[in-house]
Amino acid sequence: MKKSFSILIGICLILILIPTLALSATLIQVKGSDTEVNVVQLLAEVFMKKNPNYSIAVTGGGSGVGIAAIINKTTDLANASRPMKDSEIAQAKANKVNPVGAIFAVDGLSLIINPKNSVKALTIDQIGQIFRGELINWKQAGGADIPITLYGRQPNSGTFVFFREAVVRGDYSNKMNQMNGNAQILEAIKKDPGGIGYVGIGYVVDDSGKVVSGIHVCDVAKDSRSKPFSPLKLENILNGAYPLTRPLYQYFDANNRAKVEAFIKFELSPEGLAIIQKEGFYPLTDQWKKHNDQFNF
Amino acid sequence: MTNLISKEPSLSIPNRIRRWRQFQDRFIHRFFQINGMLSILILLGIFILLLLDGFPAVKNLGLSSFFSVIWNPTSYVKETYGLGAMIISTLMVTFGAMLLAVPIGLGCAAYLAEVAPSWVREILKPVIEILAGIPSVVLGFLGIVVVGPAIARIFNLPNGLNAVNGSILLAVMSLPTIISISEDAISSVPRSYKEASLALGATRWQTLIKVVVPSALSGIIASVMLGMGRAIGETMTVLMATGNALKMPYHFFDAVRTMTATIAIELGEVPFGSDHYHGLFVVGFILFVMTFLVNLVADIVLAKYQEVEQ
Repeated sequence: MKKSFSILIGICLILILIPTLALSATLIQVKGSDTEVNVVQLLAEVFMKKNPNYSIAVTGGGSGVGIAAIINKTTDLANASRPMKDSEIAQAKANKVNPVGAIFAVDGLSLIINPKNSVKALTIDQIGQIFRGELINWKQAGGADIPITLYGRQPNSGTFVFFREAVVRGDYSNKMNQMNGNAQILEAIKKDPGGIGYVGIGYVVDDSGKVVSGIHVCDVAKDSRSKPFSPLKLENILNGAYPLTRPLYQYFDANNRAKVEAFIKFELSPEGLAIIQKEGFYPLTDQWKKHNDQFNF
Repeated sequence: MTNLISKEPSLSIPNRIRRWRQFQDRFIHRFFQINGMLSILILLGIFILLLLDGFPAVKNLGLSSFFSVIWNPTSYVKETYGLGAMIISTLMVTFGAMLLAVPIGLGCAAYLAEVAPSWVREILKPVIEILAGIPSVVLGFLGIVVVGPAIARIFNLPNGLNAVNGSILLAVMSLPTIISISEDAISSVPRSYKEASLALGATRWQTLIKVVVPSALSGIIASVMLGMGRAIGETMTVLMATGNALKMPYHFFDAVRTMTATIAIELGEVPFGSDHYHGLFVVGFILFVMTFLVNLVADIVLAKYQEVEQ
């Protein structure tokens, strides 16, 4: 009886000790944007292989979720595909958090349609009209007589907010399906000849850098007078010809900088950039590099 | 001497021990009483929490703003807090689910209780219980990859993200509740009723439809109400399978965004303490009242049915 009791205590002690031992490594929590989650996961895996004393856990949920977590101090890094709003920064300050946003990659937001659709290029203006619900049939945009079905994200997504600010500039049509992530939009477009949706560029190219089958990536023109450009060509992004690009942020608390600095520096190194580009995202342009300079990255 | 001692033992229990036993008795009694009260306290606590957290939104926005159609508190142009489309969506999906689940569930229950040979019953009952254990997120996943595309193909729609999809999945979720409770109700109909009916020359079918089911009716109604309570509150499945468009649904092939889905989508990112935050508690409060009413009706009907039984 006594013996079995001491064994039980021994087991309990071991169970308590194992997690404590594991915690002696630096544990970094990363939370937020669904657009960034895959590439950051990959970066974290390579980083952990090189620095075994780091343990990094990456989860998604949307930019809004990540930013809420950094405000509430429940994460170390918040992935965000949009900058923090002034109201959010004020909330963070009130909570004694000093958020700093480093930019580690550039995303081209891609408009995807079904390959059966005869429309191959759209202007920003047309896209806005489509998503505001003013154009409801593809024949109004120069295509066949098929009703348009809209696939967008949910309000907790940074892509939802960025696309609304940059393109829709009004409310999304109430008929837009609010999908639960980029991958769901992709799956829906594959099956729907009249569908149109927006996703981060990382989701439309596979590991070898080719466009996934079953979808077509629309060329986009700034206005009706300019030429449409594809986001799939690197130079279109770098020279600013493709109009729908955005920086991808990682927010952290300045008081907590020591913990996350090494990981962010790795992401910005040439090795990190190689992973970022392989995943379909783009290197920083000078404008964004200057943004990082002010935080010494 | 020895005789005396053996006669005494019941009286010789020291006072100390007797008091200890009395204390144990009372302690156990109180312990179970507290456990019983606890669920009531939790329910009351949730009710008060929803009421208090929802109140600031009603105060700031006015009750009338909740009576419009569209819910869009993160709007680019003008925030709206209408519950109309959401409530209709929830009711549509729920009643759609009941439309499918009630006939299937009752048929299955009647079969299990009256028709099936005992070995079939031995297999079917555990299988139905397993059905109740399928996680809702798995069903939602099936809604995306199997049910949705099938609906789109059969009805020639651009996609299968609509109220029908949600209804089918919720019907699957509420079937186990409906089947097991109505099966209990049907099998507890007294044998004498059936025997009397058969003796008067009624067929087994006539006996089942005209005698057994009507006598078990209150139990059956209760099972339907409990199944409905489960369907109204279900979140993950409908969130994944119904498209979540904000507009008022006009028919069953429209995308819908239920109250549960709205809370699940928005509560994660809403700024703490804002009108939007408190508005979500108003949604939660209405939902709570709806499920509470459904469960209350179920309980009343069930209690009545047990009275009749006795």
